[in-house]
Amino acid sequence: MTAPTVAAASQEELVPGAPPPAPLWFDVWRGIAKENPVLVQMLGMCPTMAVTNTLANGTAMGLATLFVLVGSGLFVSLFRKHIANEVRITSYILIIATFVTLADMILAATFPDISKALGPFIPLIVANCLLLGRAEAFAAKVGPVRAVADGLGMGLGFTVSLMALSALREILGSGSVFGINILGPRFEPWVFFVAPPGGFMALGILLLIKGAIMTRNARRAAEARA
Amino acid sequence: MSGHHHGPPAAASDSHDGPPQGVAAPKVSSFRLLATLFIAGAMAGIAVVIVYQITLPAIKKYAGAKIEGAVREVLRAPARWDTLYLAGDKLTRTPPAGVDIGEATKAFVGFDSAGQRTGVAIEAAEPGFQEEVHLMIGFNPADSAVTGYAVLDQKETPGLGDKIEKDTAFRRQFHGKVAPFTGTKTTTTDAHKVQTITGATISSRAVIRIINNAVALWLPRVRAFDQEGGK
Repeated sequence: MTAPTVAAASQEELVPGAPPPAPLWFDVWRGIAKENPVLVQMLGMCPTMAVTNTLANGTAMGLATLFVLVGSGLFVSLFRKHIANEVRITSYILIIATFVTLADMILAATFPDISKALGPFIPLIVANCLLLGRAEAFAAKVGPVRAVADGLGMGLGFTVSLMALSALREILGSGSVFGINILGPRFEPWVFFVAPPGGFMALGILLLIKGAIMTRNARRAAEARA
Repeated sequence: MSGHHHGPPAAASDSHDGPPQGVAAPKVSSFRLLATLFIAGAMAGIAVVIVYQITLPAIKKYAGAKIEGAVREVLRAPARWDTLYLAGDKLTRTPPAGVDIGEATKAFVGFDSAGQRTGVAIEAAEPGFQEEVHLMIGFNPADSAVTGYAVLDQKETPGLGDKIEKDTAFRRQFHGKVAPFTGTKTTTTDAHKVQTITGATISSRAVIRIINNAVALWLPRVRAFDQEGGK
């Protein structure tokens, strides 16, 4: 049984469906901009809609997800050669669930009020398709350094999007930022933006802005080429 | 992964029993699958238990501080307070046997600096607009007047129903209201009426209902405790 081991070792770099080699900064940057989980991939919409009513909640949700993405990415990558194909989904979910549980307990011990406000949505990170998606599509096929870079990028992209969305909703819906009133007592808060329908509209506004920027960039690139 | 041409050329006999081996080779043994999951599960379990042990004191401390802060608030900063425990339907000074102190139902009796009883604080929870609204309620057993309430937990609509926790003007008007009282949509100074929040009538009425029911439930218990000499 020596031959198959040698064959497997020589095929190491040729994992089917592995992401093409890229500089490390690009593995990070991809998640923040080009494949932003919320604004481009449109993944994890459940927490995106549910907990972005205040900037504090959105930020905490983003950072908790970042922690789980980096942790699960690292461990999925470290153990990728020991996890048999047949039990990979089970193993990935176990790794993700462990980091989610840790994030939940750490948040409850450090920021109890935010932990209470987020309620079941921290445990529900387990079911966020972004996590299993990155484990299966990226972390399981690359080395630990690239896997952590990707988790960091995706996590930062998720956090930044959630912060933008929750800042928009908190300013318009409560007239405040991080709970501190900035628009004065004469501003009548648009409670609509704190409510779920307002969340969809705020996301629509963000996507509109993103679309406008991308269209403008594409036009400029075309003009530069002409 | 048919690796027959990778095999060492000397092992010619391998090609004879090749088919059974060729089929078995890519298949991972059940034992290995079980071992993988077993080890992964054990590692996950150890990690969770370690972090649980580390974070538990902070989480418990927060829960205790939250209750303490709520008692202080609804009893209007008492000089000191006693903790009573509910055993059956009776209040006692000693925790009932066989019940964890953290789990026992408690009443907090507040006193002013002269040693006079100023009120009793108790916890109560009933359904609000979405989920249970969990309150700490302070009332004076002498005249059934509410001294205040604090929200321990609520999942009411952000921006509307959550004003039962965040709107201090709404919360403040409960001070001095005599249970049972009702909700009204207009400004009032009536001791039996409370002005409900615009856009959150159901949440406001839930608070009123919880306080009325809690006072009705606890007033006889406190009076029975008093009649028995406060033991």
